[in-house]
Amino acid sequence: MLKKFEEMFFKFIMMLCNFIILFVLVLIIYSIFHKGMKALTWEMLTQRPHGGYYYGKEGGVLNAIVGSLYLSFGATLLATIIGVPVALYMNVYLIKRKKIVNVIRFLLDLIWGVPSIVYGAFGFSLMVFFGLKTSLLAGIITVTLFILPIMIRSCDEILKTSPLGLLEAALSLGSTRTETSFRVILKQSFSGVVTAILLSFGRAIGDAASVLFTAGYTDNIPTSLSEPAATLPLSIFFQLGSPVPEVQNRAYASAVILTVIILIISLLSRALSKRFHKNKI
Amino acid sequence: MIVLFYNRKTKNRLSTAWMIIAISFVIILPFMLGIGLYYKSTLLFEKQSLGDLLFSKIWKPYDGKFGFMPFIMGSVWVTTIAMLISTPICFFSSLYITQYSNKFYLRVIHPAIDILAGIPSVVYGLWGVIFVVPFISNYIAPIFGIKTMGYSVLAGAIVLSVMVIPFILNILIEIFKTIPIELSEASLSLGATKWQTIKFVLVKKALPGIIAAVGFGLARAFGETMAVLMVVGNVIKIPHSAFDPGYPLPALIANNYGEMLSIPKYDAALMFAALILFVVVMFFNALMRMLIIRYEKY
Repeated sequence: MLKKFEEMFFKFIMMLCNFIILFVLVLIIYSIFHKGMKALTWEMLTQRPHGGYYYGKEGGVLNAIVGSLYLSFGATLLATIIGVPVALYMNVYLIKRKKIVNVIRFLLDLIWGVPSIVYGAFGFSLMVFFGLKTSLLAGIITVTLFILPIMIRSCDEILKTSPLGLLEAALSLGSTRTETSFRVILKQSFSGVVTAILLSFGRAIGDAASVLFTAGYTDNIPTSLSEPAATLPLSIFFQLGSPVPEVQNRAYASAVILTVIILIISLLSRALSKRFHKNKI
Repeated sequence: MIVLFYNRKTKNRLSTAWMIIAISFVIILPFMLGIGLYYKSTLLFEKQSLGDLLFSKIWKPYDGKFGFMPFIMGSVWVTTIAMLISTPICFFSSLYITQYSNKFYLRVIHPAIDILAGIPSVVYGLWGVIFVVPFISNYIAPIFGIKTMGYSVLAGAIVLSVMVIPFILNILIEIFKTIPIELSEASLSLGATKWQTIKFVLVKKALPGIIAAVGFGLARAFGETMAVLMVVGNVIKIPHSAFDPGYPLPALIANNYGEMLSIPKYDAALMFAALILFVVVMFFNALMRMLIIRYEKY
């Protein structure tokens, strides 16, 4: 009798915990959209802040949307150029050196956990060291450092699953290791790698702490790498800090924009990873 | 030159060279981070000893006195309460997801976890400001007879606990998935109930993994910046209850970057705060990673 009761009791607790998680998710999405949709206008999306914007005059957050996209595209591009070859190197060149690969994975897992604010502080000192000013470029470099371990480790997890036979077949047919890497292994897990890249992009666009010191903030849309750039997360943060209610409402609306971007990325990567699992050998 | 580039061997050599450069860069990166932050904060060690910096309560940047105790305690309070909230939730949820749930439910919960993991920290912070803070001030604090605006350690901890849930949950699910099904089948066939099997077989077997998952979550929570900063109150005082405002280390760095260069040694102090975060997080992650590696060997 007691056994049955215990069983039911803990099953109830488990279901309750699951319910809490789902409930909180719905609650978050609901509170953001409920508050944000009212202030979300076409103007918010298509105009940059005009004079007095931060006192409630008209304008939008186009500067932050474009700035965020520039920054994330730049950082994701750089991280892809560095990260994908590293992941390939670990899974093609070092395939027989399990120990070295494990050490590299260990290091990567360690820096994956480093908080973004630490990258921000480090990026700032790099910036001072090289005599750069707060700019799009400095922001891109900092965010690249931040998403690099994420990118490499998720690509690595995907490439790890590619069959050894494929690699051996490619090499035995006389292709160089570069050709094996890029034309066989990468092609085979392409949709998985794109998922990893999208994941990093999502991280890049949502993070505020790493660009706080380095990207600066401006009402203009940056036209070159040496100009400062606004980002959506920071724009939300600054608008929320304003005492004017209209501006605070715009912070909620900006949060809706950011959340929608993240949701789109999440949906895309889910669809892609499904494709990856379907085509897997 | 173009002919050279179409040569397969040259191409191979070039791309191999790039791969080696890239991988060396990645291997050096953690050391670069540590050394860079240390080098930037050395200015601080001239007047004060390490122990004094860490345990002094006096924070007067204008007099050149930097005591990090209030900030460290702020971080410890927020992180501890957050883990107390999220650990049981993640533990029981992961058990349900791996042991009881059906295919339909998995199709709901996995995307939900993904979305939770993807929401940016500023949005969590915003949710904290519009929901958690008023909730504490209107409903939770009155239960204890306390009057507060709601910007408190507890608010930071609640927001933080939601943020680390997807992180811990994913690791726990992976851990429980690796346990061979024969183990629980043997236990069930001996007449144990499902819960008894979980209690005496699964949890016992997965214990190092569970500890590691919580440890990773702790490290993640310790360094979280924006969301906590927005709801925690930011008062430089050691908090004495969950309803006191606090000032965690990451918030210190993020809040003061503007004045960083106007007060002498202030930038060194902020870099030192970043160094503390870096060292604590790296230490925790290394420890937990080793635990996981040992766990996987069995």
